[in-house]
Amino acid sequence: MGLENVIAEALPEVLTTRLDSLINWARKSSLWPATFGLACCAIEMMNATTSRNDLARFGAEVFRASPRQADVMIVSGRVSRKMAPVLRRIYDQMPEPKWVISMGACATSGGVFDNYAIVQGVDKIVPVDVYIPGCPPRPEMLIHAVMMLQDKVMKESVRDRRDIPEEEAREAVVPGTLPVTDGSTARQNTLPESRPYTIASRHERRRSS
Amino acid sequence: MTSEAENIEQTPSPLVAALQREHPEWIAEVIIAFGETTIVVPREHIVAACSFLKTWPEGRFDFLADICGADRGVEEEPRFEVNYHLFSTTKYHRLRLKVVLNEEDTHVASVTGVWRTANWHERETFDLFGVIFDGHPDLRRILLPDDWQGHALRKDFPLRGYEPYSLK
Repeated sequence: MGLENVIAEALPEVLTTRLDSLINWARKSSLWPATFGLACCAIEMMNATTSRNDLARFGAEVFRASPRQADVMIVSGRVSRKMAPVLRRIYDQMPEPKWVISMGACATSGGVFDNYAIVQGVDKIVPVDVYIPGCPPRPEMLIHAVMMLQDKVMKESVRDRRDIPEEEAREAVVPGTLPVTDGSTARQNTLPESRPYTIASRHERRRSS
Repeated sequence: MTSEAENIEQTPSPLVAALQREHPEWIAEVIIAFGETTIVVPREHIVAACSFLKTWPEGRFDFLADICGADRGVEEEPRFEVNYHLFSTTKYHRLRLKVVLNEEDTHVASVTGVWRTANWHERETFDLFGVIFDGHPDLRRILLPDDWQGHALRKDFPLRGYEPYSLK
């Protein structure tokens, strides 16, 4: 939230490193995933929270239906191109700090669905922290991914993350509302202009560089 | 020696014979295969034929099970076809109507006035094959995104689609 902005500006770096370990410990101990089941991987994601696998041991069992209350987006399944703007909007609605787990072969690379309908990897839409292979991955693999994400959270600093300014977040995705085509576009044999669905927000640019 | 099944396949049903007597101009061709009857209807008669079949006492095709398109291939002429799968919930029989379309003129009249369920079926056929249903109240895309370019189930549509997401 806004607190770490104040802390990062007010305190010297020595103090914030000590504060980091406390804040990161608190964050990693209660990761709240957003419910975002897209396909068969979602069944394994649900299974990870059951009594047999018990994701609650790692503090990540509180799946939230509202992205406003979630820290982690588990993209479990194939992302269709029609779902891509929706996924990006949900990601934008999640408050900082936020992380993304790409669960399964389809979310990671498109999997066997190498066709026009499926986004070839969710990292074209949102920045991904942890990738899980598998089709679908077992619940243990998801739990392992959560543990890897916890390790990653522990290495972060409050100085790394700031809230995205409001206007920057608004630029992100506007789902297309073009008028009906009469089929003439298919006959013209011209490639349409590429319409990127994502813009890199400030913290994404910093992470990728 | 012909089996009973082959006899059924090759004999036009009394229904088709009666329809042929009443409206021979609606029937361009009758195809009977696998025990299913298909009538190829000239494009300009499809709405009249549908509304007649719906209320015809011998037919009573009160249920439009499906409308689907087909692309026979880029080099084929006529290239596209639209299939109407009719079913009668009282007489319990089925009939398939077929309209064939040239690539340059993929227009066919909408049957939403006959069966309201045709609305979404026709939108889907438009979305994936680019068949224009004249008189449709709301001919928008239904499955693909609104800003999609082209029609995905046409044979000349690239499997991986266009940018921004294709891998070339």
